[in-house]
Amino acid sequence: MNTPAPSRPDGTAPEPPLLDLGGLRVELKIGGLWRTVVQGVSLSLEAAQAVGIVGESGSGKSVTVRSIARLLPRGARVGGEVRFGGEPIWAMSRARLRRFRARDLGIVYQDPRAHVNEMHTIGDFLAEGIRDQPAGERRERSIAALQMTGIHDADRRLMQYPHQLSGGLLQRVMIAAAILPGPRLLLADEPTTALDVTTQSEVMAILGEQRHARRLAMVFITHDLDLAAAVTDTIAVMYAGTIVETGPSATMHERARHPYTAGLLAARPQPTRVASLYTIPGRPIAAYESGPGCVFASRCAYAQPRCLEARPTPRQLGDHLVSCHRAEELQGALHQALERA
Amino acid sequence: MALTARLPPAPALLRAEEPRVKADMIAVAAGCVCVALLIVAIFAPLLAPFRPDTINAAAINQGPSAAHLLGTDSLGRDILSRALYGARLSLLGPALVTVLSTTLGTALAIAGTWVGGAFDRVAARFMDILFAFPGLLFAVLAVVAFGAGLVAPVLALSVAYTPYIARVIRAAAVHERQLPYLETCQILGYSSWRTAGYHLLRNVRLLIVAQATLAFGYSLLDLAGLSFIGLGVQPPAAEWGLMVSEGDSSLLNGYPYESLAAGAAIVITVVAFNVLGERLTAQSLSRQ
Amino acid sequence: MPALLEVENLRKVYRAPGGKRGAHELVAVDLLSFQVQAGGSVAIVGESGSGKTTTARLIAGLESPTSGVIRVDGEARKPLPWPRGERAQLARQVQMVYQDPFTSLDPSQTIQACLDEVLRCHFTQDRKERGSRISELLGQCGLDDRHRHRRPRSLSGGERQRAAIARALAAGPQVLILDEAVSALDVSIQAQILNLLASLRDALGLTYVFISHDLGVVRQVSDECIVMHRGAAVESGVTENILSAPRAAYTRQLLDAIPRPGWAPKRRAADPASL
Repeated sequence: MNTPAPSRPDGTAPEPPLLDLGGLRVELKIGGLWRTVVQGVSLSLEAAQAVGIVGESGSGKSVTVRSIARLLPRGARVGGEVRFGGEPIWAMSRARLRRFRARDLGIVYQDPRAHVNEMHTIGDFLAEGIRDQPAGERRERSIAALQMTGIHDADRRLMQYPHQLSGGLLQRVMIAAAILPGPRLLLADEPTTALDVTTQSEVMAILGEQRHARRLAMVFITHDLDLAAAVTDTIAVMYAGTIVETGPSATMHERARHPYTAGLLAARPQPTRVASLYTIPGRPIAAYESGPGCVFASRCAYAQPRCLEARPTPRQLGDHLVSCHRAEELQGALHQALERA
Repeated sequence: MALTARLPPAPALLRAEEPRVKADMIAVAAGCVCVALLIVAIFAPLLAPFRPDTINAAAINQGPSAAHLLGTDSLGRDILSRALYGARLSLLGPALVTVLSTTLGTALAIAGTWVGGAFDRVAARFMDILFAFPGLLFAVLAVVAFGAGLVAPVLALSVAYTPYIARVIRAAAVHERQLPYLETCQILGYSSWRTAGYHLLRNVRLLIVAQATLAFGYSLLDLAGLSFIGLGVQPPAAEWGLMVSEGDSSLLNGYPYESLAAGAAIVITVVAFNVLGERLTAQSLSRQ
Repeated sequence: MPALLEVENLRKVYRAPGGKRGAHELVAVDLLSFQVQAGGSVAIVGESGSGKTTTARLIAGLESPTSGVIRVDGEARKPLPWPRGERAQLARQVQMVYQDPFTSLDPSQTIQACLDEVLRCHFTQDRKERGSRISELLGQCGLDDRHRHRRPRSLSGGERQRAAIARALAAGPQVLILDEAVSALDVSIQAQILNLLASLRDALGLTYVFISHDLGVVRQVSDECIVMHRGAAVESGVTENILSAPRAAYTRQLLDAIPRPGWAPKRRAADPASL
């Protein structure tokens, strides 16, 4: 994922990735003190690719994604690089930033009701995002967008207010609104966590269709590894503000290389069988609670003294990028544990 | 399962102690002033150089001097001593109003929120009627009916302030009411008195203190105003509002010391209590 | 052996005033019946609007049923408010653990004070006895002295939920209702709490009514389960059987929608009523 793109045959410089995070570091003021919440996140994404960022509380996944949209609290300290198509996002002028957010970026949040103006009709809400289009077209495009998300009586829905729609329906409207202006990158922050599982399946199916139709790249945040594996190409597992493992989604569940990822996989209860669930002792920590060594060392079943002293650098292991001192040695053990899980 | 092999000793699993939120310096300063005023009121006899009613015909309307730090009034009484002793009556009235209105307002708010239904509606309507009367008007009517002094205005103002406090406390109580922990109290078999009177009350107590502090400041102004127009505390008592009024003849003659000193005392007190009250309110709302 | 918890023809109808033609009716729970043996664990599964939470609240006594009976240990349950004399006894039948531990604990109380209050209100023990009982409860729930004197805001999510469980256990209930008790927890913490609940049930002989939308969780904690949809039970029986060989179409739909290796999201068959 972090390997440079191959140069073109005609010798011109390779196109920069659509999204490129290099050593992202974010400090926020929490309780009066400056705290690091993201420490050294590196990620890159090409057009039409989807990456899932999976993590628990304190992992920094939401803050990472908000840094992409520059939606952090005022005065937040940001270090490292955040680039969109090669352009540094944090150096954009206000006008450019506005255009970026309006045209290139779409965002879908977990709670649609908190991100919509209850005083505006759905039609107004959708039209607002495409204000630069001619008035006549706006309505048609809004209707088309709603229909694409599976809302059949779009005409009627345009006139309704948010409180008249159910959670699942409103989330579909949010997706329509996010995609309508034709963005190149979609940020989805736990978009289906608050929905029923059947609604979740439908909403993710719709999102998948739209993504493929429009070659839309996506950063998908979730705590659900299985969901991420199903809807993305690559998964990045975050813990304590840093990425501990990155790898292809399809095989992550059987070839996880980092003890944390394996622990998460083993801890999830399955409807298919009863098992004494593996529990990772302790609780997920935030970046500022981690020590000088590996962020996961204090909870890792395989930790050794060197794990507490030096932070591992991300290493390529097969098709995974892992931050673990013992990644090679543990391959076999983790594989066995996952088979039994 | 292999993953459970050789667990390292678990570190302190507790979240690090939350750092104390930096004390609001302005609130602390205001609080210190309030405490100082209360000390002055209590220890006035020890702090004042003279007795407040010692008339000295030879030293009328004198400016600040070594003997009289704030000067003397039209009867030769030491202004500093009168101001210090004045703190007693000037702060007693507001203290009574605060205690009465806060107690009544809180009780109505919590009872209304908890019991709901007809009781809540009737109480709300009653509060609405009270809102229609300016506090000072109420106090004047009370004085007309029951005579000047401290008692009638204090009772009238207590009634007049109750709806303001009740309204704020009620809003907070309604917010708390919908949280599950109060429901849990019921499932645990706690009586309504315990649930509403202990659990609910404890969680709005910061707001109650904040509102009480604000009430103190406003009632001080109202009572001083009443004394100023002669309907409150009567001479020769030392009270700041009264002193402002008594000093106006000297003021016109070019000796502003009495009115200024008393006026300054009122301003300092009201500002200190108001600032403290507002800061506490902001803190309690930000914790919600 | 008579069941510890019996629910018979439970029905709850909400009436909303207004609407063009008079009152609007919402049937939240429609003729639900089931039984749980002492020491058993039944899960009530469903999505939003299924009536599972309403059922939990009815059993706990937070709301009164429109019709139907709930019996614990042979005695019919009363809805709140409970008469003074019977409060302790009714509290000792059924307790509840909520989804969000932060708002279900009194933010101004330390854990010690919280547990002490329960003990004082229900049992006659002196201070020393209460103290050791509190230590016992904390230990059972995986907490220790460090947590005792803290308020909920200085505890993590998992610790708070453990405290909430300890509080429920302090009343000495026979039936424990867990209303999505692990849904708001991180995956790794969820596993800890599920293991804790399983071991508590073994150790203390508790009876569980587990409300959840998560079939994986349901599989771990329950012997039997009831699948609810729009207020009615569509399927019920042994959890293992239902989840491995569901008979109702809705259950199959639920199982199909769970993300798992090899799964891909699918659109539902067009159902305009659900939009």
